[in-house]
Amino acid sequence: MSLLEVKHVTQRFGGLTAVTDFNMALEEHQIIGLIGPNGAGKTTVFNLVSGFYKPTEGSISFEGRDMRPYPPHAITALGMARTFQNIRLWNDMSVLDNIRISQHHRLGYGVVDAILHTRKYKESERSIERTAREILEVMQLSDYAEECPKNLPYGLQRRVELARALSTKPKVLLLDEPAAGLNSVDVEGLIQLIRWIFDEFKISIWMIEHQMKVVMTLCEYLMVVNFGKTIAQGTPREIQNNPEVIEAYLGDGAV
Amino acid sequence: MDLFQEFLQHCVNALQWGSFYALIALGYTLVYGVLRLINFAHGDIFMVGAYIAYFVATFFLAQSGWGLTHIMVLILTVPLTMILTSMVGVGLERVAYRRLRRRGAHRLYVVITALMCGLILENGNLALLGASRKKFPDDLIEKVNWDFFGISVTNLKVLVIFAAVIVFVLLHFIVTRTRIGMAMRAVSWDKFALPLMGIPLDRVIVFTFALGSGTAGLGGVLFAMSYPVLEPYMGVMIGWKAFIAAVVGGIGDIRGAFVGGFLLAFVEVMVVFFGWSTLREFFAFSILLGILWVRPTGLFGTAPTTKI
Amino acid sequence: MKKYTLNIVFVLLCAGVVLASQYKLLDRYILTVLMLMGINIIFATSLNLVNGNMREFSCGHAGFACVGAYVGSVLSVLLFTANKYTGQPLLSPSLAPLLFPVIMLAAALVSAVFGLLVALPSFKTRDDYLAIITIAANFIIISIIENSEQIAEQIFGAKSFGTFINGSRGFSGMKRTVNAMNDVAHIPWMEIWVILGACFCVFVLYRLVTSTYGKGIDAVAQDEIAAEIMSVDTKRTKLIAFMVSSGLAGISGVLYAHIYGYVNASSFGILRSTEALVMVYLGGMGSLSGCIMAAIAFTVLVEALRPGLRFLNDNMHYLGMLPDGYEISEVWRWVIIPLILFLLMQFRPEGLLGNRELTHVFPKLKNWFTLR
Repeated sequence: MSLLEVKHVTQRFGGLTAVTDFNMALEEHQIIGLIGPNGAGKTTVFNLVSGFYKPTEGSISFEGRDMRPYPPHAITALGMARTFQNIRLWNDMSVLDNIRISQHHRLGYGVVDAILHTRKYKESERSIERTAREILEVMQLSDYAEECPKNLPYGLQRRVELARALSTKPKVLLLDEPAAGLNSVDVEGLIQLIRWIFDEFKISIWMIEHQMKVVMTLCEYLMVVNFGKTIAQGTPREIQNNPEVIEAYLGDGAV
Repeated sequence: MDLFQEFLQHCVNALQWGSFYALIALGYTLVYGVLRLINFAHGDIFMVGAYIAYFVATFFLAQSGWGLTHIMVLILTVPLTMILTSMVGVGLERVAYRRLRRRGAHRLYVVITALMCGLILENGNLALLGASRKKFPDDLIEKVNWDFFGISVTNLKVLVIFAAVIVFVLLHFIVTRTRIGMAMRAVSWDKFALPLMGIPLDRVIVFTFALGSGTAGLGGVLFAMSYPVLEPYMGVMIGWKAFIAAVVGGIGDIRGAFVGGFLLAFVEVMVVFFGWSTLREFFAFSILLGILWVRPTGLFGTAPTTKI
Repeated sequence: MKKYTLNIVFVLLCAGVVLASQYKLLDRYILTVLMLMGINIIFATSLNLVNGNMREFSCGHAGFACVGAYVGSVLSVLLFTANKYTGQPLLSPSLAPLLFPVIMLAAALVSAVFGLLVALPSFKTRDDYLAIITIAANFIIISIIENSEQIAEQIFGAKSFGTFINGSRGFSGMKRTVNAMNDVAHIPWMEIWVILGACFCVFVLYRLVTSTYGKGIDAVAQDEIAAEIMSVDTKRTKLIAFMVSSGLAGISGVLYAHIYGYVNASSFGILRSTEALVMVYLGGMGSLSGCIMAAIAFTVLVEALRPGLRFLNDNMHYLGMLPDGYEISEVWRWVIIPLILFLLMQFRPEGLLGNRELTHVFPKLKNWFTLR
């Protein structure tokens, strides 16, 4: 049994079929990539897996559990975190608060505890604060703990978003174009960072990425989608030489 | 009079009220359709329209030297009121909304501004003109009462319904068939691309406000003729009801506003028919809440999509 | 010791007001204004949770205060005073001072349940549509109370309870509860309840907003989709925010009703809701301290407008700047208040403090008081 399994998933929006019969399996401690031209339905796949859309057909299971009935926040609580294509941090609160809030599923106390400052509240807040500081420390963000994300450079915002996703203590991390908008130096750093996260936290990573350099160096396995259909899958080397993939990227008759 | 006749009589009243709702709802929906802005002051523009009609009509009636007959006074009052009311509407846009729009302010700020403008108009009227109610001259047209099988229909009611239908057809024509109407629809799609395409944004918006307010002004005249006692808060409830009508039909859609107006009026009249007349507001607002909850896009509207 | 300075000043001030009232050192009118201030603090800060912290737009806040006012008043009249419905009081009037907080909490609870009227639609709709829903809720609540007789007849088949509530004519008798409290001990009870109520409200809100749990509300405000994906249960968060907000508004309603001894649903209309909006946006969205200051300033302003307008009227007539037939009436207050909000929206929509707290503007202030 794989950690994350997507079987025969189809997603329709009205008359439009965004994803057709999508299948994949993610094992423990594995990095795989999902590539494809713009509008191919990659982000839709992520939205399905993170519970934001419910699939029209097919099933998604995580650790053998059917994920379809769960709302997104519960799926995150089960151990699946993601980042967004366009960074979606909470911009008007500190980086530290960003990391704290994303541990909401571990709070274990309610409104009354918050108001009365019960022991449960104090212990929970302490542990959350500790986790947050630890994450910031290992992600080398401690210096920016009190800053608002909107005041940070783009590269650091990406890093904060990664830290926020990690703070949910995920088993699977979904990265939606982590290198988008980064310059070549930052991309180099990002590749190392992802590699380090992969080794350090022993998690599985599934990423969407346009920059071939990133997927080719990081991923063990690649899937290519176009118009919602999986057109190829295999190791990076296999994909690189697949004529169908080249055609999808470069258009008809380009070969 | 048997029950069925009573029912039909209620239906005639519903048509009349539906026309008032439709006339005001059209203004809401025009502005929303173009600017995605709920102009909550619109009900009060209707009130201003009624007051303008009062001042215009009494002014002409007082000029005994001009030798105007009552029907001529009416013919003068209607267009003049519509023009003056559209000026009020355009003025409102200029003073209150344009600045916010240019700054790209959050929609909520615009909604608050609109609500506050409404309050200022109502209370400003009360403060300036005092609490004494104005009585609209009710002899501008000769009252004729037709009797169809025991159902009484006045010529005024027919006029009101007729006016609403004509205005609807006209507006529908303008929005779907003319160049300016095309520009209006274009604004609602993409406000930023418009100036690039050589369409003067401000002019389109001013036109929209003028059109919507003019319609409300016409509603004001007709309302004042039907229910001649004017007071500053007269636009509040009817404005809200018209808004509900627009939402029921799917705000932003002209057909929706028209159908919604009559639909709401029928529901209300049924409520009265079953003897719960004081609960009219309760029902109207419950319908609003229910629709916004279950199907926020109304009968004709389409849902926007969220993108991640 | 230094860090308790402001805490002590505050306690002394409150004690001063209570003592001054006890020994009749303060004018009745000034006392009423002070109590109104406390009520407005509750009313505004509770709305701030939704409009400021969550950046949703509730403009029917008065509706929930109305629910609280009626529930609290009916309970207090039934329990502690001789009335038309049960005849004798259900409990000994001597229990009134002891059980008044319970009544406030009960009213808060019922108001919170009415908050569902807005909270549930908020799962699906946002922004201007939600704003309309809140206004509709306000109208619906008022309409239910004004038609109490008819509705009671429809539901229970008898008018009696509806007649007791007295629909559109208003409900009174709470003065007798206050008198019952005075019979137990002759101290200024209402002043004390208002102070305690306001402190309770600010305490609850402060602790909620500063907890990680409550910060989920800010997360929902700033990016709802991100919040949901990052493990914040957005539906529950909205539910909590709306219910706490409307519940606290209910407390303000109970106090309001007991100070005047009379409630009428029509005084909790859109205008009263607008007052709350003015206070929240004046102080700065999401700033608790800003909101408290705005509530105080607003109460003073509204009261100052009465003599202010009279003064203006008299002098302008004296100078011959006004026609004889025209008087500047108090209606102008209801032009000026919306005008304030209008101008705020045009020129400083983020409010006076923005979303910063007073301690952010004056960092040294932190050394002078302690909050936990």
